[in-house]
Amino acid sequence: MTVTQNVNTLCYEPGLCINCEMCIIVCPHAVFAPDGKVVRVANGESCMECGACQVNCPVAAIKVDSGVGCAYALMWSAIRGGGPAVCGPGEGSCC
Amino acid sequence: MENGVSGQGRTNIKSISNRLTLADRFGHFLARLGYKRMGHRVEPGLYSLGKPDSDSPVFVTANYTLSFDALRSALTMDCYILALDTKGVNVWCAAGKGTFGTEEIVNRVESTNLGQIVGVRKLILPQLGAPGVAAHMVKKLCRFKVEYGPVYAADIPEYMKERKATPEMRRVRFTLWDRITLVPLELVHVIIPTLAVACLLYILAGPLAASSAIVASFAGAVVFPILLPWIPGHDFSVKGLILGGVAAVPFAVISLSGAGGTTGYGSLGRALCYLAGMPPVTAFLALNFTGSTTFTSPSQVKMEILNYIPAMAWMFGVALVMAAALSMASYF
Repeated sequence: MTVTQNVNTLCYEPGLCINCEMCIIVCPHAVFAPDGKVVRVANGESCMECGACQVNCPVAAIKVDSGVGCAYALMWSAIRGGGPAVCGPGEGSCC
Repeated sequence: MENGVSGQGRTNIKSISNRLTLADRFGHFLARLGYKRMGHRVEPGLYSLGKPDSDSPVFVTANYTLSFDALRSALTMDCYILALDTKGVNVWCAAGKGTFGTEEIVNRVESTNLGQIVGVRKLILPQLGAPGVAAHMVKKLCRFKVEYGPVYAADIPEYMKERKATPEMRRVRFTLWDRITLVPLELVHVIIPTLAVACLLYILAGPLAASSAIVASFAGAVVFPILLPWIPGHDFSVKGLILGGVAAVPFAVISLSGAGGTTGYGSLGRALCYLAGMPPVTAFLALNFTGSTTFTSPSQVKMEILNYIPAMAWMFGVALVMAAALSMASYF
């Protein structure tokens, strides 16, 4: 059964997991943990949606809407009419 | 400088040291201040540290001096460093943007002839590069195996002993010192608008009002990052409103005491202006600090923008209207 969270967009499909544990390796907040034959979500509410697990999952068992966490960037994108939020060269305080 | 001669062509391998000079450290200081923000770069390409041979490990990093120098100063073995072109942005943010990414790694491996220089086709990446890099795709595209090292370069010597990161090495932190190092940049961002508003308020309403602008903004840009984990509340906006509220109390008390030159309803009105006007300024800056932390998700930031920005705008608007009404009343 798909594992989802209330406070973020992390979505994990244990049925697809091949137990390579890449998600455990790349997650900086220990969201995933080993659990026998497949990985389990141990700490889902700590997910910051960086997207590392999704990108490194070779079987696409993890989905998360990753993106910029800068409030300025998100507000600007909202003001400009919902385009993608970008921070980067010349603007933003996050990097 | 030394030149690695390889089968197909010469690769320019720049030799570097793991010692940071005073000039390096001064450069870091300027970067922390945000001076020439995008200009703290090293040239992308292959570097050698010590006397690496074909069996030596290859570490990958960004071409931002703070990232590059954190890596090289932590390395104690002969090795190669592959600096990607991340446009002078740190590893984690660049990974989020995709410039520290699969494509750039594959291209850089090819353009530096890395396959001919090292025998072991392995790249050690910082863990925080992972949001931009699909390890299985790198393997497929250039037959180099990606190995994610620890989050912090300082843990690399320990990591290299068994090529294994402990769970602790895999966790990102946000220590008091981390937060303090962010303060100068936060301050640089707000200082000019703050002083401009303070000057305006000084002319319109006097020294107390002028200092309230400075205090509200200082609370958001300096005190908030430092005290972050200890301010009550979960949401950054709530924490900011609380901190701004505390900062406004002395101004309200001074106004009520009549020191502002008014008494009765006038002083009560001024007190309310500070209590309504200062917290949203602090809270807005607090909300904008989310992007600098190591743990807030875009979902949380969106939720906070939706839930709290209208309230902040209302509070600030009420304060402005009240202040305008008070100053007009004072003319009669």
